[in-house]
Amino acid sequence: MPLLEVNDLTTWFHMRDGIVRAVDGVSFTLDRGETLGIVGESGSGKSVSCYSLLDLIPKPPGRIERGTAVLGGEVDLLRAPREVLRRIRGKRIAMVFQDPMTSLNPYLRISTQMIEPLLIHEGLGNREALRRAIESLEEVGIHDAVRQIDLYPHQFSGGMRQRVMIAMALITHPEILIADEPTTALDVTVQAQILELIKARQRELGTAVIYVTHDLGVIAGVCDRVNVMYAGTIMESGTVDEIFYNSAHPYTQALQQSIPSLHDKGKSLYTIPGAPPDLTEERSGCPFAPRCAYEEAHCTGPNYRGLDAFRGRHKTACLRVLEGELNLKEENR
Amino acid sequence: MSDGAVRSPFLALEDVKTHFPVTQGFLFRRRTGAVKAVDGVSLAIQRGEVLGLVGESGCGKSTLSRTIMQLLRASGGSIRLEGRDLCAVSMKQIRRERINFQMIFQDPYASLNPRMTVYDTIKEAIRTRHPHVGGRAMIRRVSSLMDKVGLAPKLMRKYPHEFSGGQRQRIAIARALAPEPKLILADEPVSALDVSIQSQILNLLAKLTRELGLTMLFISHDLGVVKYISHRIAVMYLGRIVEIGSPREIMEKPLHPYTQALVSAIPFPDPRLERTRRRMVLEGDPPSPMDPPGGCPFHPRCPFAEAACAREVPALKEYLPDRPAACIRIPEIHPGIGSRE
Repeated sequence: MPLLEVNDLTTWFHMRDGIVRAVDGVSFTLDRGETLGIVGESGSGKSVSCYSLLDLIPKPPGRIERGTAVLGGEVDLLRAPREVLRRIRGKRIAMVFQDPMTSLNPYLRISTQMIEPLLIHEGLGNREALRRAIESLEEVGIHDAVRQIDLYPHQFSGGMRQRVMIAMALITHPEILIADEPTTALDVTVQAQILELIKARQRELGTAVIYVTHDLGVIAGVCDRVNVMYAGTIMESGTVDEIFYNSAHPYTQALQQSIPSLHDKGKSLYTIPGAPPDLTEERSGCPFAPRCAYEEAHCTGPNYRGLDAFRGRHKTACLRVLEGELNLKEENR
Repeated sequence: MSDGAVRSPFLALEDVKTHFPVTQGFLFRRRTGAVKAVDGVSLAIQRGEVLGLVGESGCGKSTLSRTIMQLLRASGGSIRLEGRDLCAVSMKQIRRERINFQMIFQDPYASLNPRMTVYDTIKEAIRTRHPHVGGRAMIRRVSSLMDKVGLAPKLMRKYPHEFSGGQRQRIAIARALAPEPKLILADEPVSALDVSIQSQILNLLAKLTRELGLTMLFISHDLGVVKYISHRIAVMYLGRIVEIGSPREIMEKPLHPYTQALVSAIPFPDPRLERTRRRMVLEGDPPSPMDPPGGCPFHPRCPFAEAACAREVPALKEYLPDRPAACIRIPEIHPGIGSRE
């Protein structure tokens, strides 16, 4: 049984000028201890789908329209009473955000913020909680933690703050860590440190990690499985090797081909024509069709069925690949 | 650069320093120190060359570009554009000459005036060079610029908010080209854009530099992006240039330990490579430019540092032809490579 099973998650924002279908029927599973990457460009719904799991969507205008998200085969996160959810958030599921400056409270000492989850979820006393907090700061590589823990967030650099965030998120030994662009605001040399750190702590604690990122390089380095999102839906889902070497969706391929670091100077970069679709418009069929090099009339027709099994657990939403009309490997030879 | 003759570079920086004073006290302000954002940079750019400048946040790359633009005045050194020292020119004169160097900024949402149509934005920039053009001739010029950057001229009466991020960056590029500048400074021009849009803008910039023979300083924190567009790359750390080389040399044979770490930290979108790759993970964060370490600015994080590294600031030396680097330990780290001086 998977640790987390998300089915048909649909989150819409009801705005004055229409409904933004930010997440539109997303289904995926997460196993114990595994690392799942959710990759997509801005507006693809990768963050909103994670926020929906923890009831962190501003309501209104947001509304979870449909779906279930079952944790450990017992609780549906989307329907759980507030009290139950409160006991899960920060205890069984923790989160690290992109910007460590805005996610730490600038008015409180690190110590106050770090022991909070222990006081709430584990009922520890102040002294014991502080001891655990210092220990977990040391575990994320902060030297002289006994002294550092009494400082305020602004006294730390960006990389150090992100370490604090990770220590704080893992202090209750959660089953799931959701990391939303955890290294996007950091320099590459610091990014490498933080990714190594999350990997090491994950191995020690057996935590399952969901990485939300736009960076395929990060995905390649840390993930077991990947969901590629576009326009609020999952376009392809598979192991990291399937996604990178055996991609079964034209969008995944286009995304990979447009990364500059893989190109030599002088050669033109591959570009995806056009722009992502307007999410307020009702869509029929494949949302990528207007920009797709392999689009045909039936891609936007009634036969389009969304994400479906391609080979074993490797899934794709491309109708032409599913119908066996299109072999992307052959096309690229 | 095919004529092979030695000629003076188009833009030459000589020991450029930009320091910001740090003051304390309210009534009696005292100077208590200085942030040495740019601290002794020497660089040369040839006509028609694209020089990439990479470095992490706070290394001084944006300050350097603003100093070249004379938006900040240098605290020391000289900046020669076609042989003339800009640092010695009065601010009044600079303002008149600024049409010769144009900037493209990171955030196309912030760098365009929201109350001006595309036409007005580009027209204003054209007028700086050609004050008397108007009417049909102006519309023709604006249309041709929009064409050049891949925007349909029929959109010229629209406002910035009606465009996507990528299109706005195209407008910003058209505006930068409008005064027919001699030098373009692009400060993180694609960092705010999504991957698929990023590649469109990079293609456009590469095409324009080729077709128009533009001279450009291209600044980015992303070595992958810089590598794609530049003829040469300069790597900056804490206010200094630590290494210069061609994109291939920098990526495949970095000399300076910092460049090595930077290259090795880039995550590659290739899982098999990522699994087998040995990564050089640095300790700690970049130090603050307000309180830089003595000696080589990189020595506290450098895996090859020894006592001598803390004593003096290493100079840029040519260890290989056209491959200057600032590290005294290069002959030991790379056996067979010695200083050529």
